[in-house]
Amino acid sequence: MSPQSPYGWWLPLNLSTLGPQLDRVFYIVHVFMLVLFVGWAIFFAYCLLRFRERGGRRAAYATDTRHLNTFLEIGVIAFEVVLIVFFSIPLWATAKYKTPSPQEAVEIEVVAEQFAWNIRYPGADGTFGRKDPGLMHSGNPIGLDRSDPAAQDDILTVNELFVPTGKPVLIHLTSKDVIHSFYLPVLRVKQDAIPGQKVAVWFQATDTGDFEIACAQLCGVAHYRMMGDLFIRTPEEFASWLKRKGAELKAAEKQKSAAKAADW
Amino acid sequence: MSAEAALTHGVYEPGAPEATNGKLAMWLFLASEIMLFGALFSSYIILRDAAPFWPKGWEVLNVPLATLNTVVLITSSMTMVLAYAAAQKGDERRLNGFLWATFLLACCFLVIKAFEYGSKFQHHHFPSTSVFYAVYFTLTGLHGFHVIGGMAVMLFILLGGQKGIPRPLFVSRIECLGLYWHFVDLVWIFLFPSLYLL
Amino acid sequence: MSDKEKHHVAQQHHHGPQGFIEKYVFSLDHKVIGLQYMITSLVFLLFGFSLIMLLRWQLAWPGRPMPLIGHLLKSSMPGGVMTPDFYLQLGAMHGTIMVFLGVVPLGVGAFGNYVLPLQIGAPDMAFPRMNMMSYWTFLVGGLVMLGSFLLPEGAANSGWTSYAPLSVQATAGQTLWLIGMVFLITSSLLGSINFIVTTIQMRAKGLSFFRLPVFVWAQFVTAVLLLLAFPPLEAAAVLQLMDRLAGTSFFLPTGLAAFGQPMAVSGGGQPLLWQHLFWFLAHPEVYVLVLPAIGIIGEIIANNTRKPLFGYRAMVGSMIFLGAMSFIVWAHHMFLTGMGPVMNAFFTTTTMIISIPSVVILTTYLISLWGGSIRFTTPMLFALAFLPMFGIGGLTGLPLGLPATDIHLHDTYYVIGHFHYVVAPGTIMALFAGIYYWFPKMFGRRMDDRLGKLHFWTSATFLNGVFFPMLLYGVAGVQRRLYDPTGYAHAVPVQPLNVIMTVSAYCLAVSQIPFIYNFFNSIWNGEKVSRNPWQATTLEWAAPSPPPHGNFDSPPRVYRGPYEYSVPGVKSDFVPQFSEDGGEPEEPRRKMASLA
Ligand code: HEA
Ligand code: HEA
Ligand code: CUA
Ligand SMILES: [Cu+2]
Repeated sequence: MSPQSPYGWWLPLNLSTLGPQLDRVFYIVHVFMLVLFVGWAIFFAYCLLRFRERGGRRAAYATDTRHLNTFLEIGVIAFEVVLIVFFSIPLWATAKYKTPSPQEAVEIEVVAEQFAWNIRYPGADGTFGRKDPGLMHSGNPIGLDRSDPAAQDDILTVNELFVPTGKPVLIHLTSKDVIHSFYLPVLRVKQDAIPGQKVAVWFQATDTGDFEIACAQLCGVAHYRMMGDLFIRTPEEFASWLKRKGAELKAAEKQKSAAKAADW
Repeated sequence: MSAEAALTHGVYEPGAPEATNGKLAMWLFLASEIMLFGALFSSYIILRDAAPFWPKGWEVLNVPLATLNTVVLITSSMTMVLAYAAAQKGDERRLNGFLWATFLLACCFLVIKAFEYGSKFQHHHFPSTSVFYAVYFTLTGLHGFHVIGGMAVMLFILLGGQKGIPRPLFVSRIECLGLYWHFVDLVWIFLFPSLYLL
Repeated sequence: MSDKEKHHVAQQHHHGPQGFIEKYVFSLDHKVIGLQYMITSLVFLLFGFSLIMLLRWQLAWPGRPMPLIGHLLKSSMPGGVMTPDFYLQLGAMHGTIMVFLGVVPLGVGAFGNYVLPLQIGAPDMAFPRMNMMSYWTFLVGGLVMLGSFLLPEGAANSGWTSYAPLSVQATAGQTLWLIGMVFLITSSLLGSINFIVTTIQMRAKGLSFFRLPVFVWAQFVTAVLLLLAFPPLEAAAVLQLMDRLAGTSFFLPTGLAAFGQPMAVSGGGQPLLWQHLFWFLAHPEVYVLVLPAIGIIGEIIANNTRKPLFGYRAMVGSMIFLGAMSFIVWAHHMFLTGMGPVMNAFFTTTTMIISIPSVVILTTYLISLWGGSIRFTTPMLFALAFLPMFGIGGLTGLPLGLPATDIHLHDTYYVIGHFHYVVAPGTIMALFAGIYYWFPKMFGRRMDDRLGKLHFWTSATFLNGVFFPMLLYGVAGVQRRLYDPTGYAHAVPVQPLNVIMTVSAYCLAVSQIPFIYNFFNSIWNGEKVSRNPWQATTLEWAAPSPPPHGNFDSPPRVYRGPYEYSVPGVKSDFVPQFSEDGGEPEEPRRKMASLA
């Protein structure tokens, strides 16, 4: 871990291009909450002191503070409207639906399972190969069909997500068994991974480092251990990593076919 | 404001207020039943909407039998209305007769349903076969339980379980039973087209 | 209702039931049923609390053997350390028990049953036999739930939310959870019909809707929510039972795997369908948790400020609005499931709208304090504490309701902190307030005030000690339902918070000892009281303490609104609803004569 820990007693380090905006809403809401609460608490404490039971004084039958109530409610409503219309919804729409086009982004597929993250890069050809649930077994957790030409160069890792900085990353997220939630604290990303459903998640990282992938949805007894590693690298490092992985894959493939030939 | 605004009664005079209480309770119960079947119908719509393929009801289910069943159930609703009319008039013989008729028609409905289920099982179509069959068996099964529940109450009354209670209360009980029975009928009238015909 | 019973209702002024069984076990009297609900739900609350104390040990000191209990529960805690599976059972059952067997039965079953008929001047509920059945089905449901701990594989372990497909693959405990749920749903259905009919039909002469105490209004709205929100969960429970027992695939999509292998099911279902059905109930359910509390607080604040509640009509309107709106906010629990932007915008908007009536309710209570003559009795202390605690809980709901901030906070301890502030320091405090307030009516004796205040100050301190750190813990991003959070780098720096929470939870448990002692001791040894020890205005105080079978000496009549305190020109500082003449005119320089 870097000397300055990414995690502490407050929000985790923020390495996402959208992160500052998300965190800003977080602060705006909390300051609003704090102001409201403190204002209320002062009024509350004042009432308790001033109107405590004392000999000789009777309570007032009617209260004339109606305006206070109305003002407050209008204030709260106005604030919430602003919050929704100008901050939350636009930001949400950007964060979740302004997904970059596959051309400009690094595409990755993440398939969650009990209790691991299967990560797939399309490889040199830029397309993901075919999958078939019938081919699933422990050696092939996502059921990749290597006989499909597009699948032959697909790079698979388990629990290791490499992404570059400075380029949007587009993740196609799904799950093969139960519901998980793909959570990258430092990138302010969280998205449920639901079997039978594919969701696009995107982000763009601003700095490098080693962080974690967490699972945020209860998915069984080892939910607490379903963590992975997030490696944010410079574009050059990322490219060379991809290349190395591709070469390793080819070498392994060759070895396998050699072994097969020997069997014959 | 006048001191005597909005006078409402307590239960001190037996009979009449309890009759209204019962009816009110039945309507509330039916409201909750609407939410129950409403949730099931919504689930059906959602599942069907998301499915890439959905069998056509009339090709896999037995429409003639279901049509017959619809007629049986509507007839039973009519005999129920007649039973209630007889109860209002205090004609105990006619009341018993129509209630028995309703009961037997309900039996008839269940027997036909049993044949339908039986032939499905024979062809190895079970709830687990597909979501279509899951929906079909669950919805019709739950409806069947409602029919059985209504029959149990009818039998209870027919065997004299309500003998000796004040007349207005008794009539209102029959009316509540009728309300329930019409509701069960209505559920079927929604089920029939949406499962078999759409 | 049989003939005999109807006769019985009509005659109950004269002869109540004889014999122990008829009087205390299978009683038809709303007061006995109310007390049965009360004792049962308090025991369940204590049980739910015990579960979470086990769980909290593991969170504070993961992997360290638990003294004593660790040795008793050999199979679930080998070597004194709980298994991850047992942890999940504890969490799921804590949530279920607290919500469905603890707080709702206490707020609705106990207080609703005991107080509502008294406050409307009725001799009993409209359907006493149905009332009794409601209690017994509740008890059976509860025992089925608890019994699931005895199964070889233990209780349900998929969270109180029971999300499919996880719950479909879960062990047999989940089946019992579903069956128990069906019983509880039936029970609350019977109860809610009874409450609605009773409120509409059995009010005393003169008690118009706008003279009802806010507690009755709160119960009425709650009953409507229960009536309409529970059936969809029943439907969902039936579908999940089918998935588990009949092999259907309502919640299982095509191509699903389980434990690495393809699952032998037809597929074609929708996992999210469960969530929609569940939250369609569970959001109204959270208002079911809090509305009775709001009602109790209203009674106590009016009584102890000695002035009419400010904005009674706004209050009632807000409760009705809250109830209605609560049916269209459910998907704010599902912002991150990949729903479309339109759905998100809709649900975030409704969520913000629903916070307005809560603000109105809190504000009216707050303003009610202005100009009062506040008596700091034990129930009043608990009631006052409810206000800021519900405030914190409600305010922390706002960042969760905005999808942009929910991305970081969803499924972290911030959510846990949010709702516990509403249900534990909020609702539980209000329920304690209700117990201290109505105890004299229930048993004819008062609870000890010194012990009560001790209970208040310690509980208030430690409840905050448990739940405030949760909010910070959640901001740091730590997820919920983690057996051992310390495996995550982001949870390590904040681990000390876990120790604070756990120690506070144990101190909180100790703080309940004075209460339990006080409760049982006061039943027999408390100071005896008259009919109206708090000098209150509502109808329940017209009956003897405790009220006999049939409640009132003669059918009460109502002449005025519910909170006529400190009426100008009247000598006494309160004029009960049942007082015909409106109180003696004021004499100069005299105050407060108590009306026995
Ligand atoms: C009684 C229970 C209760 C109540 C009343 C509420 C009230 C609210 N809740 Fe909460 N909520 C739960 C119980 C409750 N909730 C539970 C149990 C869960 C989690 C379930 C699970 O996942 O397991 C949950 C989860 C939850 C979520 C999902 C979070 C997630 O999973 O990501 C959201 C999101 O919108 C939310 C929002 C709200 C809002 C906006 C309110 C609003 O109604 C709040 C309105 C109130 C106010 C705005 C307060 C006003 C106060 C003041 C202005 C200050 C007063 C100050 C003084 C008196 C000093 N809640
Ligand atoms: C009404 C609801 C309610 C209430 C009151 C509480 C009360 C408490 N809860 Fe609970 N909790 C939930 C509902 C509730 N909870 C839910 C729904 C979940 C989510 C579950 C899930 O993940 O699926 C949860 C989860 C949850 C967790 C997270 C677990 C996890 O994510 O892994 C934790 C952790 O600390 C916790 C702690 C506590 C504590 C310390 C209390 C304390 O406040 C308890 C205080 C209790 C008392 C003060 C009771 C006192 C009783 C008596 C004194 C009885 C006296 C008896 C007689 C007179 C006979 N709760
Ligand atoms: Cu995967 Cu939790
Ligand atoms: Cu909610």
